[in-house]
Amino acid sequence: MSTRLSQGGRLIDRSAQQGFSFNGKRLKGYAGDTLASALLANDQMLMGRSFKYHRPRGVIASGAEEPNALMNLGAEGKFEPNARATTTPLFDGLEAASQNHFPSLEFDVGALNTHLSRFLPAGFYYKMFIHPRPFWKHIYEPFIRQSAGLGKAPKARDVDTYEHFYAFCDVLIIGGGIAGLQAAKVAADAGLEVMLVEQDPHWGGRAPVDGTGIDGKPAQDWIDTTVAALGDMPNVTLRARCMGAGVYDHGYVLCYERLTDHAPKAAGPRHRLWRVRAKQVVTATGAIERPLSFAGNDIPGVMLAGAVRDYVVNYGVSIGDRTVVVTNNDDAYRTAIALKEAGLEVPAIIDARTGGAGALGDQAKALGIRVETGKAIAKVKGGKRVTGVGICAQAGEGSILEEIACDCVTMSGGWSPVVHLWSHCGGKLIWDDALAMFRPDGDRAPTSHDGNPFVITAGAANGALSDVLADATAQAAEVVSRCGGKTDAAAPTEANTAENAIEPIWLMPQGAAHKLRSKSWLDFQNDVKVSDVQLAAQEGFESVEHAKRYTTLGMATDQGKTSNINGLAILSKELGVDIPQVGTTTFRPPYTPISMGAIAGEARHEIFQPLRKTPMHDWHDANGAHWEPVGHWRRPYCFLRGDETPEKAVHREVLNTREKLGLLDASTLGKIIVKGPDAGKFLDMMYTNMMSNLKPGRCRYGLMCSENGFLSDDGVVARISDDTWLCHTTSGGADRIHAHMEEWLQTEWWDWKVYTANVTEQYAQVAVVGPNARKVLEKLGGMDVSADALSFMGWADGTIGGFDVRVYRISFSGELSYEIAVPANQGRAFWDALLEAGEEFGVMPYGTEALHIMRAEKGFIMIGDETDGTVIPQDLNLHWAISKKKDDFLGKRAQMRSHMADPNRWKLVGLETTDGSVLPDGAYAVGEGTNANGQRNMIGRVTSTYHSPTLGKGIAMGLVHHGPDRMGEVLDFPRVDGTVVKAKIVDPVFYDKEGAKQNV
Amino acid sequence: MKRYSAFAIAREAFRYHTGWERAWRSPEPKKKYDAIIVGAGGHGLATAYYLGKNHGIKNVAILEKGWLGGGNTGRNTTIIRSNYLQDPSAAIYEKARSLYEDLSQDLNYNVMFSPRGVIMLAQTEHEVRGYKRTAHANALQGVATEYIDARRVKELCPIMHIEGPRYPVLGGLWQPRGGTARHDAVAWGYARACSDMGMDIIQKCEVTGVRRENGKVVGVDTTKGAIDCDRLGIVVAGHSGVVADMAGFRLPIESVPLQALVSEPIKPCMDVVVMANTVHGYMSQSDKGEMVIGGGTDGHNAYTQRGSFHHIEETVRALIETFPMISRLKMLRQWGGIVDVTGDRSPILSKTPVEGVFINCGWGTGGFKAIPGSGWGFAELMATGHSPLTAEFGLDRFREGRFIDESVAAGVAH
Ligand SMILES: Cc1cc2nc3c(=O)[nH]c(=O)nc-3n(C[C@H](O)[C@H](O)[C@H](O)COP(=O)(O)OP(=O)(O)OC[C@H]3O[C@@H](n4cnc5c(N)ncnc54)[C@H](O)[C@@H]3O)c2cc1C
Repeated sequence: MSTRLSQGGRLIDRSAQQGFSFNGKRLKGYAGDTLASALLANDQMLMGRSFKYHRPRGVIASGAEEPNALMNLGAEGKFEPNARATTTPLFDGLEAASQNHFPSLEFDVGALNTHLSRFLPAGFYYKMFIHPRPFWKHIYEPFIRQSAGLGKAPKARDVDTYEHFYAFCDVLIIGGGIAGLQAAKVAADAGLEVMLVEQDPHWGGRAPVDGTGIDGKPAQDWIDTTVAALGDMPNVTLRARCMGAGVYDHGYVLCYERLTDHAPKAAGPRHRLWRVRAKQVVTATGAIERPLSFAGNDIPGVMLAGAVRDYVVNYGVSIGDRTVVVTNNDDAYRTAIALKEAGLEVPAIIDARTGGAGALGDQAKALGIRVETGKAIAKVKGGKRVTGVGICAQAGEGSILEEIACDCVTMSGGWSPVVHLWSHCGGKLIWDDALAMFRPDGDRAPTSHDGNPFVITAGAANGALSDVLADATAQAAEVVSRCGGKTDAAAPTEANTAENAIEPIWLMPQGAAHKLRSKSWLDFQNDVKVSDVQLAAQEGFESVEHAKRYTTLGMATDQGKTSNINGLAILSKELGVDIPQVGTTTFRPPYTPISMGAIAGEARHEIFQPLRKTPMHDWHDANGAHWEPVGHWRRPYCFLRGDETPEKAVHREVLNTREKLGLLDASTLGKIIVKGPDAGKFLDMMYTNMMSNLKPGRCRYGLMCSENGFLSDDGVVARISDDTWLCHTTSGGADRIHAHMEEWLQTEWWDWKVYTANVTEQYAQVAVVGPNARKVLEKLGGMDVSADALSFMGWADGTIGGFDVRVYRISFSGELSYEIAVPANQGRAFWDALLEAGEEFGVMPYGTEALHIMRAEKGFIMIGDETDGTVIPQDLNLHWAISKKKDDFLGKRAQMRSHMADPNRWKLVGLETTDGSVLPDGAYAVGEGTNANGQRNMIGRVTSTYHSPTLGKGIAMGLVHHGPDRMGEVLDFPRVDGTVVKAKIVDPVFYDKEGAKQNV
Repeated sequence: MKRYSAFAIAREAFRYHTGWERAWRSPEPKKKYDAIIVGAGGHGLATAYYLGKNHGIKNVAILEKGWLGGGNTGRNTTIIRSNYLQDPSAAIYEKARSLYEDLSQDLNYNVMFSPRGVIMLAQTEHEVRGYKRTAHANALQGVATEYIDARRVKELCPIMHIEGPRYPVLGGLWQPRGGTARHDAVAWGYARACSDMGMDIIQKCEVTGVRRENGKVVGVDTTKGAIDCDRLGIVVAGHSGVVADMAGFRLPIESVPLQALVSEPIKPCMDVVVMANTVHGYMSQSDKGEMVIGGGTDGHNAYTQRGSFHHIEETVRALIETFPMISRLKMLRQWGGIVDVTGDRSPILSKTPVEGVFINCGWGTGGFKAIPGSGWGFAELMATGHSPLTAEFGLDRFREGRFIDESVAAGVAH
């Protein structure tokens, strides 16, 4: 059984007991425990079920590489699925539950799959469930989907907060083991700005567990001194619980700091995402131990050797009373020795190498441990827990020589450097035959914008399994010189035990038959076995990417940290090529999964995106605004009174504006100042109209087209002075149009003397509209707004009611109308003044929908309705706005292309249903027959359609094939359900064709 | 070729699966082929398949510089829909979608087409009108779609948050028989069928030159030597400009990274595919339980198959806003592909200035869904010189201004 030893555990505080629960069972652990160590201390070896076969799963590792021990953690708004028990810090009150089983962890009906496993080899689903077809949808797929997934889906809204930090440094060092600490010290001593991040809560990595001596003392002493020294340096930032998650182009690195996962009651954000720009990045990310592939290596109680050592040394937890060690290298002997020293039994070390170990072997033997060389495990016995192993010769086919009873098996297949961060941005790897590992190829590092390398790797991550500090010192010196500094730092002396070479053993025993291979796991979470990879090779999935995808090897939540190398070694053997020829799959960020919450940061809900507010926003909000998002703005669609419906409100607003007086908050309208000696010439290029000959004091309606000739924006341009124009754009278009202007100025006409500024938010603008418009302005008084003083399409500066105003006499509704701009900070006061003064004239604010209806009644086009990126001004009968006098303007040449000049283009008309109803939005008119692809032939479409309160019937605009020549013709517009609406082609101006109402 | 079935699996189970054949052969190139397809992505493989199946042209090689299906076909988020607005698009995407319905049976390979339904959310009045328009067009194009209200959206996807505050869901365009399929299986299924017809799929064989005589193609140079052919189909997505350059013509196309990501797997919680264009992100749940997430393209041109993080950030933000429950899930993996984008965002399936050379590209961010239809039409074009499915997608449209613009529904805000 696994239990807490009476002594030991360098990371736990035995005086601080922590209560927690697992599957509802109340258990106890200590501060400093991980959830995994605390569960093991309570003899809870079974922690989950595998994905495909629902095999019982125990923990195999002690860190980020753990594939098995995943938990549903917490509840409600703090619930998190798939939390790795080995990196989940224990806290008082923690609630965990195991995943992927029904009805319980101990008795899971899904485990039936394990008996069917011979029918469910790699890729089985590609080969079956094909017939009969309806079965896939109704039976097979629902079944497959139902059995998918590990953790539960969160239900409640996340109650935590997240934040983003930005940091800039000379050197970012990822990994706070002794290599990272030494590299940080060297770089910091050389005066560089250093940031050092470590994913665990504590510094020093494996060295204290592995018994490394530094400068003649235990590693911990050196670690403590170094961390303290770094902590005192102003040019050093240290972050524990902070993982390097991804390395991106140009020295951009993402770090993921878990601020309160260990103390969920603490105030403040849960996670912090650091976005670091570093000149140089050092990955000192250590190495991960590989399992060995033998039959039954997935049974709970079979664990990595380093992890078993960790649990004993760090947490005072023994995994079993009798532990068999199986290995192909010397390092696992350290585990045997540590266990023995903790008073536990080690019946045997099974070393697949005929030569066995060096000094560590002698040490083990001296402690009385039996060492068997050239041997292997034929088979592990047990179901939910190891009960023993069968030993065989590594060279044979697995006939059992001896059975040894044990309750733990600890294995080591060697160590793989953590090369993920090195690889994210293009760092290449090299296969090291002597060490049987892929390690970074220093000559092919990720390069930055200048073509120079910006990542370097140090310590075990660089393949330096011993002499770590010497390697770290050398790599740090290189980094210092890359940053233009100098150092003559020397490495502290490191006591290393000489080790015998590793022997690559990818399968145990060497000649294992199919029966054993189909029980030798590679990927524990996804249930990929040696036989699956071999089947992939047999079926021609030769590329490592094919084999991965076909078998799902390395695609689980651990992304193959413990399985990839073993899997590709099997593949290479099967294909008869060398490992480096097979290569690795691509390493992608993040190193381990990071929360979506952290990625999004603070931006959610109300502050999801910046909300742009006009100065009158609060008034609208308080007065029934029914909001509509327009770009980042929100505009009132209409103002609801009492329990009015939006339709009723719009109806009222239109009629009131037509009959009395309406106010529209037009502040969102884009306003761009274009100024300079070449401004006129520039605007002549931007607009289809001539703008250079506009007189100061006058306005002109202008059209803008894209380079492809399509109408992209419209608005009124006012000439303010000799060299200054003010261009109005659509509300949604201001930023886009400003960028468009700047793009042309900066890339094509950079020598023209033009300056543009987007002053949209500098002004509040109100449209005062309706027969009483002039009256209310005259009542407020200040400037002459009579027809003579300010004629249609004119503008003037002045004061009204004491406000400094600029008044444009323009109309988008067909009524007498003034658009009045005031400085933004006076917008609300001006609005209030208009409302107060307008009281006696029947003033009423109106929203965007009334605006739309009134413009449609007048036959004015709306960008985004009559246009959709495929419409040219000519389609809309706007020839009058296209200057014939100009040599060029944006879109001119495009509009001469054959399809643009085609007389068959659909043209703008008005449409009226024969029964007065409203044409459906977006309906198409159909002609005879079908096209070559069997689609109904279409001859036109509705672009805008409304019920007109003014006319008391449906009105619409549309684009129709030869439309203007077909006045009076009735077209068929089918609804989606196939029924047809009939509509007559009419003039698009429905209201006040003569313009009598606006020209007063 | 041995057929796949539950029975075959049972038979093999009793002999430890030793009887399974290679899914496709791994031949050396012959001296000459009737037709060569460059690029063993979904579109290249499907083209070859229908050249053989529909037109009897089986002396075909498919040349792939890496591993088959390893380009965008193996990197995409597998959304299949045909609710496009313009006639030519609706035709080819609906052809593809309807072929997907029977593809598993046709190829004897389970491509796991899952018509679980696709919703495109309307979150502005402008989108509402745009999707109503699309629904009308689709009805006439023979594509079954429907504009649905917010309540129905919520019923179809209960994990969605529809109340805002920033962009409340107003409704959506619903295509009940849109969905997803398994991307690798589509490539592998076509590859297996092509190989079975005697076609040669040659992997790790990069085309490095296009040989011409008198304005007509005669063959290609490759990293495995020169190979002759009468007809050449270039189907290389993000590298179209590069290969076209070898043939001596230019394309109106840009290559940009497009990224995607998945969460860790969770138990099923989402039965439909949802696309939210206003906030800019989309999500579905894979059969494995991962939430599959994507968004917009990166802003820069590139050939490295990775993008910048801020795009991931924007996409995740958008989706947390739409599906607040994903905030507590973790991102497992992010990746990128290089997509080939034309000026009007529609593909090019066309003859070229070089006789015998045909090009199929420009599928950009959305060509997985088109694979069977594109292969069908492009094979017809290569075999006969004309296909109604591809007729509007010619290169000449850029000169004539005859664009097929699909950005329409997401056009301009007023
Ligand atoms: C992240 C992402 C998400 C996407 N999501 C979706 C989605 O949800 N739905 C959807 O419909 N579409 C989606 N797409 C788009 C879709 O993936 C592509 O449009 C489609 O896969 C393109 O297929 P293809 O066969 O044209 O290209 P690819 O699959 O890229 O195939 C082209 C092949 O050509 C090869 N090649 C290139 N140059 C040469 C040469 N010189 N010689 C030989 N071979 C060469 C390449 O190696 C490659 O294998 C997405 C794309 C990405 C990147």
